Amino acid sequence: MTEPPVRPDEGGRPRRGGFFRRVWAMLIKEGLQLSRDRITFATMIFIPLMQLVLFGYAINTTPRHLPTAILIQDDSDATRAILAAFSNTAYFKIIKQVRSEKDFDFAIASGEVQFGIEFPADFERALRRGDKPALLVAADATDPVATGSAIAALNGIVANALVHERGLPPRDDAESGPLFEIRAHARYNPAAVSQLNIVPGLLGIILTMTMLIFTALSVTRERERGTMESLLAMPIRPVEIMLGKILPYVLIGFIQGAIIIGAGTLLFGVPILGSLPLLAALTTLFIATNLAIGYTFSTVAQNQLQAIQMAFMFFLPNILLSGFAFPFAGMPRWAQWIGEALPLTHFLRITRGIMLKGSDLATLQGDALALAVAMFVAMGVAVARFRQTLD
Amino acid sequence: MSDSGSRAVSDSGSRAVSDSGSRAVSDVGGDGRERAGEGETGNGRAIAIDVNGLTKRFGERVVVRDLSMRVYRGQIYGFLGPNGSGKTTTIRMLCGLLTPDAGTGTCLGYNILTEAAEIKRHVGYMTQRFSLYEDLSVRENLEFVGRLYGLANPRRAAQAALVRLGLEGRGHQLAGTLSGGWKQRLALGACILPEPRLLLLDEPTAGVDPKARRDFWSQIHQLASEGMTVLVSTHYMDEAERCHEIAYIAYGELLTRGPVKDVIRNSGLATWTVTGGDTWRLAEELSSREGVDMVAPFGASLHVAGRDKAKLDAAIAPYRRDPALSWQEDQPTLEDVFIDLMNRSKDNFQ
Ligand SMILES: Nc1ncnc2c1ncn2[C@@H]1O[C@H](COP(=O)(O)OP(=O)(O)O)[C@@H](O)[C@H]1O
Ligand SMILES: [Mg+2]
Repeated sequence: MTEPPVRPDEGGRPRRGGFFRRVWAMLIKEGLQLSRDRITFATMIFIPLMQLVLFGYAINTTPRHLPTAILIQDDSDATRAILAAFSNTAYFKIIKQVRSEKDFDFAIASGEVQFGIEFPADFERALRRGDKPALLVAADATDPVATGSAIAALNGIVANALVHERGLPPRDDAESGPLFEIRAHARYNPAAVSQLNIVPGLLGIILTMTMLIFTALSVTRERERGTMESLLAMPIRPVEIMLGKILPYVLIGFIQGAIIIGAGTLLFGVPILGSLPLLAALTTLFIATNLAIGYTFSTVAQNQLQAIQMAFMFFLPNILLSGFAFPFAGMPRWAQWIGEALPLTHFLRITRGIMLKGSDLATLQGDALALAVAMFVAMGVAVARFRQTLD
Repeated sequence: MSDSGSRAVSDSGSRAVSDSGSRAVSDVGGDGRERAGEGETGNGRAIAIDVNGLTKRFGERVVVRDLSMRVYRGQIYGFLGPNGSGKTTTIRMLCGLLTPDAGTGTCLGYNILTEAAEIKRHVGYMTQRFSLYEDLSVRENLEFVGRLYGLANPRRAAQAALVRLGLEGRGHQLAGTLSGGWKQRLALGACILPEPRLLLLDEPTAGVDPKARRDFWSQIHQLASEGMTVLVSTHYMDEAERCHEIAYIAYGELLTRGPVKDVIRNSGLATWTVTGGDTWRLAEELSSREGVDMVAPFGASLHVAGRDKAKLDAAIAPYRRDPALSWQEDQPTLEDVFIDLMNRSKDNFQ
């Protein structure tokens, strides 16, 4: 005779499409709240413009041991002596020997090396004949600060590399000049305009900062205002809350990115040599990655202040170790390892690559993958960490 | 047992309550389980909330202790108790927002420990503090709720709710700029928008004017008559009397429950009303006398109550001869019962 408890007949199973519906509900809510927040809205537009104008300077350093690839088409004593002279300057560190022009170009375009040194065929014979052969030094000059002093050291190499070599024509400094010459070729940014390097970097910096802060505040704000209690009492899952809170800001980030790139082109004449759609797509990925990381902070932080502090703790190494403030190649090994773990490092390679070198996706796929992995890891942590109760 | 414990204070406290003549009070309606069994075989009423032994600790502090209760479908169940007694905590455990440290139970037939997601789909929870979005308009808040619950047409549902709530003219007003009474109306409207089967209302009328309170309660009764179950916490005695059944909780323990009449009848309190003279001084004198457990001013008169009628009568005997005072034997009010319960449990906890 026991009456079963009331159990709703339609069952508790979520109807199909429920996921997108709830994300959509959340997204609209966040968008409306954002549009009500005039000051935040204005900041989002003006911060990038202001920084872009303010960052009219470059940070000066003389990095050493820059990664260098060599293409040797003539293996000889003279070649080895010249290479040794390159190493002795301490600016160049030969990390790779390539076999073809194609590999040579790829190594530079992908950012794996900063320099490429190419010895033409019959280099030594030409040398012995006194023909003054030329060897090619190609520099990735997207970051002119990094390559400038190394290029300046090339003259010394020409003067001293072959002093101890025998069987060469006598050196007559006065009349005949040096035995060989070096043709330095600054690729991608021949005029060494530092804004060309700064603007793509700034795109990453501004997006990192604003995106991190926005989502870092989003969950803690709901907790502090007490609205989390209502939200948690409604049938919405953590992953839905997360997506609903991240997506509106992707659009905002996209607008910011467009402003920076637009202003960079107008004010500094920064080129976009590669594909604009590719730049847009990978920038969106970068935006989403930072939003996900900021959101993760907000699920861990107890209050808004903590969330902001965490965002800044993360922001600092992004500035210092990503290759924005100091040339990546000039950093010690441990710093480079940390740098590799930061989204901005990869994004800088992407923006410099697409804007200044015209790189394509094949060249940048490693960096794109790194961003995607960072995004999914952050999202996974956020969903796992999200507290569904008030305990 | 009467050595009101030096150790295990709270435990001996709870026993002391039932030992000191309040057995009848605590057991209005019998033990939860027995009563439920009776209810089911007797009238076959469906159960909306059924919890047993709920306990919640925050750190060392036990905030809710071994709480059991049963609410039938279509009932308006009042949840009373002083501030900090664990009402909010209990309600949060019922809708899955807090995890009990001990105890089990169901809400609408769903296990409160494992089926929180299902519960959330069918329960409307109105928080003690306004917790909708203050930077969204009234309409946007309602539409948000409608979308989240997957209503077929959130806009139309929100519009209908605005009309029903008498908020039409304020659809575009930001929720944060509403006055207390209107906020409360909006919060209730948002709760019932997805047509839940159970409403959990946490002090919904705190700080709301009498007219708005009356409107609110007529709406609650309307909903209950349509089959909605309502659990409502409150501090107001008049509201308690509008409930089909009430439960009184103090310091985390459920002290009494049942229909208001039964709670009063079973309180075991003997009560006198006295009028005239200097009531303030009289109150002072009486409250220090043996056998008088509670003295409460009611306008120009005093309520004097005691658990032991013989002792109470003896205590007031000298004053009854005072011609300036008029004495009348009376029923205790619900407030008398609660104040007495609270005093006793406070004594036991100190
Ligand atoms: N999250 C929490 N952490 C610690 N203590 C809490 C928490 N929530 C409530 N309390 C404490 O539990 C007690 C009961 O609180 P509550 O359930 O809000 O009482 P009521 O709603 O009856 O006024 C209070 O003393 C309160 O301070
Ligand atoms: Mg409360």
